[in-house]
Amino acid sequence: MQEVELLQMRHINKVFPGVKALSDVDFTLRKGEIHALMGENGAGKSTLIKILTGVYGMDGGEITVEGMNVSIHSPQDAQNKGISTVYQEITLCPNLTVAENMFIGRGEGALVFHRDNENRANEILKKLGIPARASQQLGSCSLAVQQMVAIARAVDMECKVLILDEPTSSLDDKEVNMLFDLMRDLKKQGVGIIFVTHFLEQVYEVCDRITVLRNGELVGEYLTEELPQVELVAKMIGKELDELSNLGETEEKKVENKEIFYEAESLSSNEAMPFDFCIHKGEVNGFTGLLGSGRSESVRAIFGADKVNGGNVKIKGEDVKITKPIDAMKHGIGYLAEDRKRDGIIAELSVRENIILALQVMKGFFKPISRSEAEAFADEYIKVLNIKTASRETPVGSLSGGNQQKVILARWLLTHPDYLILDEPTRGIDVGTKLEIQKLVLKLAEDGVSVTFISSEVEEMLRTCSRLIVMRDRHIVGELTGSDLNQAQVMKTIAGGEAVNEG
Amino acid sequence: MKDNFRRFFKGGLGQLTIPIIAILFLVGFNLVRDPSFFSIEITQNNNGNMVLAGNLISIINGASELAVLAMGMTLVTAACGGQDISVGAAAAIAGSAFVKILKVSPNITGVTVAAAFLFACVVAMIFGAFNGTLVSVFKIQPMIATLILYTCGRSIAYWINGGATPTVSSPIITAIGGFIPGIPVPTPVLIVITVAIIFVLVFHFTSLELFTQSVGINGSAARLNGINSTFIKLLSFIILGLCVAVAGTIGVSRLGLINHETLLLDIEMDAILAVAIGGNNLGGGKFKISGSIIGAYVIQMLTITLYAMKVPSTDVKAYKAIVIILLVVIGSPVIKSKFQKTVSRVKSNKQRVSMKGAE
Repeated sequence: MQEVELLQMRHINKVFPGVKALSDVDFTLRKGEIHALMGENGAGKSTLIKILTGVYGMDGGEITVEGMNVSIHSPQDAQNKGISTVYQEITLCPNLTVAENMFIGRGEGALVFHRDNENRANEILKKLGIPARASQQLGSCSLAVQQMVAIARAVDMECKVLILDEPTSSLDDKEVNMLFDLMRDLKKQGVGIIFVTHFLEQVYEVCDRITVLRNGELVGEYLTEELPQVELVAKMIGKELDELSNLGETEEKKVENKEIFYEAESLSSNEAMPFDFCIHKGEVNGFTGLLGSGRSESVRAIFGADKVNGGNVKIKGEDVKITKPIDAMKHGIGYLAEDRKRDGIIAELSVRENIILALQVMKGFFKPISRSEAEAFADEYIKVLNIKTASRETPVGSLSGGNQQKVILARWLLTHPDYLILDEPTRGIDVGTKLEIQKLVLKLAEDGVSVTFISSEVEEMLRTCSRLIVMRDRHIVGELTGSDLNQAQVMKTIAGGEAVNEG
Repeated sequence: MKDNFRRFFKGGLGQLTIPIIAILFLVGFNLVRDPSFFSIEITQNNNGNMVLAGNLISIINGASELAVLAMGMTLVTAACGGQDISVGAAAAIAGSAFVKILKVSPNITGVTVAAAFLFACVVAMIFGAFNGTLVSVFKIQPMIATLILYTCGRSIAYWINGGATPTVSSPIITAIGGFIPGIPVPTPVLIVITVAIIFVLVFHFTSLELFTQSVGINGSAARLNGINSTFIKLLSFIILGLCVAVAGTIGVSRLGLINHETLLLDIEMDAILAVAIGGNNLGGGKFKISGSIIGAYVIQMLTITLYAMKVPSTDVKAYKAIVIILLVVIGSPVIKSKFQKTVSRVKSNKQRVSMKGAE
């Protein structure tokens, strides 16, 4: 195996107002290796990547590419020096063809020769084994293929260092495998790949080395085969893992015959097919199913987030009408949306304003929460949820993803809901915070709050929920409780085995 | 209170830096050019009142309509991420409505003036609601939606008074547009202060500020938190309508007549500019009314300075443009971030030096 050092970052320092984002971090990437960059949210992964790609300037340190000292001023500059990035969100244009996307903005004169470009694109696609045609509209390809086109574009720009920032978070298993094959191919060609992800198994599947960051500091660099998964997690969160396993063995979760808090009969919305659903006081249940199975759409219907078309809803046995979010909120329902950036945070407003928002809306337009009261609320929840922020006046957009999520959680907890719907609260969040959120959910349930919990990670749901509703193709296909709550049974139901207790 | 004061400067100066620098620059420029520019004297006006006079007074007085409109415009900008270009035309309508009531009433008393003003408010709010409905319900871009009233507004104003440019003469109207006997400060200035205080009170006693900013920054999240963003956008236009009525009333009272063709002509662009100079994002979101008010005075001060320099009135607009280009470029994100970088570099250098000194 060649051990040629391709990229070296030495003593990298970066300070943001009030926060030391990186202190004295080293990172080395060798030719032909896949190197995982791991760490909790706020550990400094994104900052390091952004320095490498020229989005941020650094406050100290040096970068060498193939032994040459370089300074990177802008993303364009990084690209010219052979450093390409493929981000989590596709940054290509879906309305252009694959070929156009691969060659756009590469400035080879004012004239564009479509025929030449398409031929060249087809060649590259074939070489990399990407199942797409050059003349196809990018938007008509699956997300995975779009991602691969982005990679193909990077590769064709003679990149030496390829950065993949959470490329797999919206892909299914098959697509992930396709992507991994491509990564292994590139590795053989001598490209150095930096792989940023939250999925531990994926790291062990493709990566040669792992660099772990924590709180802006380097924890260490390890060969993947020499670092067991449990140890990796321990290094990331900086504490022993007793807690993790403890949570897994909470005492038998029982569905007591408590009163029903919420009950819906053939509820449907613009997005959700009619379904029946109920939840007891103090119960934690979950909706599971593949992406697009309708689980989010169903809970959105409960909250009135999409236009509700029909159905009968009862809260504590009384008929109510919930057609828009404010109705649901007035009946004690809170909803943490799936897409934190789009539907959750008000990025430019402060942590304080974000926390009080829902409560303020419920209190009404003419009863503003006083400044001192708001400050007290914000301080309280920053402490309770351990939100890492420079101050309560910091714009929430500048917090790390996990802490943004905590702010939104705080927003709903402040309304003291009877029923809290959490749609993917742990997506894109580090292990430590995930654990905190799971614990919080269980604690809420103990206090009598009903919780609906949705997560892509089945294991996480098994740990927290006492009842799982399984969806497929926008219909409820099963409901699992008690001894049926295990991974095998969930998989079987999702995949279309016998439906238990048809909903 | 002291805390409030500190917060105002701590959180606010970032956004208010440019408008305050602009004001200071204009003041400095005039001091060097001609210190007598700032002389304020007490003279007797035509009505026999002792009143303040001088360039500064005419700046503050002359910017009144603009300042009032800029406040309302800030709110619309923040909520809708766009601007209302019909405020000048709408002010002509409101002014015409104001005059119409005065004309039909047998004699002008305090009550009729109040009634006329209320009527102007209602009319302006209805037109504001019209704009607001197009924007919030039909999701038309604000500039396109308000283009309609911009185009036809002055014709509507023309119809209201049957095409004439009627004059109204009454001591009350003179007092509104000029001076109240016994008070040396121009009444329009007092009106601006009143409107500003009303805004402060509204922000204090309602959640308007938080909701408007939420809707402007992230409409989708605002909706999922139960905020009725349609209503907030509509409300911002209705409030701007009130500001339009106030501006129209001041404008009419100054001249004692309504000229639907020239009343507050082209003021919409200055109002938008005041919002921009005030450091507010024209794409909506976070806002500061105080910035827009200062912006209005910057524009007026610039105009008066140019007149004082004997720049021919035909050339004033060109010179104004030069200064405004400078202001807008200095306030641009590119220059701002460059400036911030320099500041932080200087700071860290200082730290290094002082650390060395300590060693």
